[in-house]
Amino acid sequence: MKKRINVALIGNPNTGKSSVFNLLTGLQQKTGNYPGITVEKKEGVCRLSKGLSAKVFDLPGTYSLNASSLDENVVIELLLNRKHEDYPDVAVIVADIENLKRNLLLFTQIKDLAIPSILVVNMSDRMRRKGITLDLAGMEKALNTKIVLTSTLRKEGIDQLKSHIADFAHLETSPCVDFRTTDPEYFAALQQTFPNQSIYKLWLVITQDVNFANINRNTIQKTNGDHTRSNSFLKRLQQRETIKRYQFINEVLKKHLHVNQSEATDFQSRLDRILTHKFWGYIIFFIILFTIFQAIYDWSSYPMDAIDSAFVSMSEWTKTNLPSWFLPKLISEGVIPGLGGVAIFIPQIAILFVFISILEETGYMSRVVFLMDRVLRKFGLSGKSVVPLISGTACAIPAIMATRNIESWKERLITILVTPFTTCSARLPVYLILIALVIPDTRFLGANMQGLVLMGLYLLGFGMALAAAYVLQFVLKLPYKSAFVVEMPNYRIPILRNVGITVYNKTKSFVFEAGKIILAISVLLWVLASNGPGSSFGNAEEIVRQDTTLLNQAELEQKISAYKLEHSYLGRAGKFIEPAIAPLGYDWKIGIAIVSSFAAREVFVGTLATIYNVGTDEEDTIKNRMADEVHPDGKPVFTLASGMSLMIFYAFAMQCMSTLAIVRKETNSWRWPTIQLVVMTVIAYLAAFATFQLL
Amino acid sequence: MTLAQLNKGEKAVIEDLNTDEVPLKLIEMGCLPGNHIELLQLAPFKDPLYLNVNGAQVAIRRETAYHIQVKKTNA
Repeated sequence: MKKRINVALIGNPNTGKSSVFNLLTGLQQKTGNYPGITVEKKEGVCRLSKGLSAKVFDLPGTYSLNASSLDENVVIELLLNRKHEDYPDVAVIVADIENLKRNLLLFTQIKDLAIPSILVVNMSDRMRRKGITLDLAGMEKALNTKIVLTSTLRKEGIDQLKSHIADFAHLETSPCVDFRTTDPEYFAALQQTFPNQSIYKLWLVITQDVNFANINRNTIQKTNGDHTRSNSFLKRLQQRETIKRYQFINEVLKKHLHVNQSEATDFQSRLDRILTHKFWGYIIFFIILFTIFQAIYDWSSYPMDAIDSAFVSMSEWTKTNLPSWFLPKLISEGVIPGLGGVAIFIPQIAILFVFISILEETGYMSRVVFLMDRVLRKFGLSGKSVVPLISGTACAIPAIMATRNIESWKERLITILVTPFTTCSARLPVYLILIALVIPDTRFLGANMQGLVLMGLYLLGFGMALAAAYVLQFVLKLPYKSAFVVEMPNYRIPILRNVGITVYNKTKSFVFEAGKIILAISVLLWVLASNGPGSSFGNAEEIVRQDTTLLNQAELEQKISAYKLEHSYLGRAGKFIEPAIAPLGYDWKIGIAIVSSFAAREVFVGTLATIYNVGTDEEDTIKNRMADEVHPDGKPVFTLASGMSLMIFYAFAMQCMSTLAIVRKETNSWRWPTIQLVVMTVIAYLAAFATFQLL
Repeated sequence: MTLAQLNKGEKAVIEDLNTDEVPLKLIEMGCLPGNHIELLQLAPFKDPLYLNVNGAQVAIRRETAYHIQVKKTNA
């Protein structure tokens, strides 16, 4: 029978843990979320030998077992709970050769948990260049473990790692540091109260309030040993524990690791002097940002056009080749245009994720955090808000999840609340189509007018996010305690495989998540548009024929379908809200699109596509169809004023159910998403009103 | 003197720190009494500080640096 074991990859951030994971599992991996929380869960399968395979978990990066964030909590809860179905048979601790000292802190803690463990020392390819030599046998003995040197860049050491994992039954489980010596009396008393429990686990429960084996901080508090003491006492003891561990690590490394200093880090510091320079650092950052946005538009226009026309011809083909009854019609007029509305994002999202993951992989993102922290603090944000604000230009969902490493709750909450103002890619199709319709394709001061408007909308999004943050820092009465610590990893050449896998996974989850909603809404809309209450919908043809003197057959058919739409369920809903949106310059058809896109912005274009498509046999692309759209009095619907007003509305309105859901999860209350929804919608309405009235 | 008084490029040894104010994460990176520290870079307005602590490179805010006592070393 085939046997499968659990392997957990644990390590500090920036050690190449995910590269090791990618090499172990290849593309046989899946990402999901841990139940109930939004921490990303990555698991994959690795074949170790005949009849033995491993389920490998890539746990969130952590500096120690003293959790300071949700991500780190996941690691501890898993490692403390022997009954957890994912509880590891082997813990693989990934360290990198240049930061071995710091990485070993976590290693000594894991050893205290008595899990069979292997130490992976990654990036061995850098050893010669940095003048590092390592006495492997001596280290293994001192640390009580098996050590594997790996280079994920050169794919070295992975086979050896696999064979050590396969031999898991013979791995050492005894600890290498006795942390109890930091306060022997305290720990002896604690052990006496719980004679059958691991003392280190008890200590972890006391210091961070996690559960294990039915013991939590409360049960310990209720015993009469005064084990929980004061926070100050605990923190001092934690510090002593950390010092103790470092003393041990320093001794081990002094004996077994040798660094020839003269060959060290010259290039690194020279690069830092430029990239974090008071003046040039900012210039370089803005050039990089500018390049990214340029690339997103330039590179994506061809694949986007291709996707657009592919869906048009698919819809065309199904219409001509399939019989004309309910289901095929639903597919050609509801499903296909709806899917096209999602697929068209793929190029832009993928390109943006490529850049973001390259910036993260190279270590540059931390420098940006360093540069921007002081500036953003003026707005009640943190330097670490940069990553969410930039990621927000792809999608607010991963962006809000990226706020987790912001230590101050106030700064984090403000970042979460304002991120949806940044121009996410779901707004893009709305902007692109409206710009093409109402902004002339002329040159202004040598630059393309349409491009300038688009850039203006991006700046408007960032500006609004900052302005809202500025106000919020005074409105929110929250205690502020800073614990800002950001590691500045060594610069690295990004590993393309890692970038590729990240981009693939993120794009895939976006498409499926957004796709489900958009598809459902498209189908619903089509059904509502093709059916109507009462006799005016059913007898549309006769009513129009009676009412008109038109002779032309084509014109007559168009009139009939327009009449049908107006009297369908969807049309009635749009008519119902028309008085509310007329001051903004919209007609009832746009009203339908706005209503439907309260679930997801990108539905807007798809909805208009569906609405205008209903009953029309000719397949124009959506844009041409919109340009022909006129009010009953013959004036065009999409003018400069109404188009701009619509864009402003989309810039500020909170129209994304997935974002509201994620904000609910991350803030653990309905209060914040509700406030977000109401305030943003009000701002959007007023701003759009002002725009239409002024233009 | 405190870490906040160090100039760019200067090195020091950590003497003491206020554990109630200094984040544990920084301590775990090796910001502990007896360890060496070097101020590598300062952002505009001298905040945040980019440090090399015990071989680890890390950035912290000025308000945290006030709570770390150091003694300047030469070279």
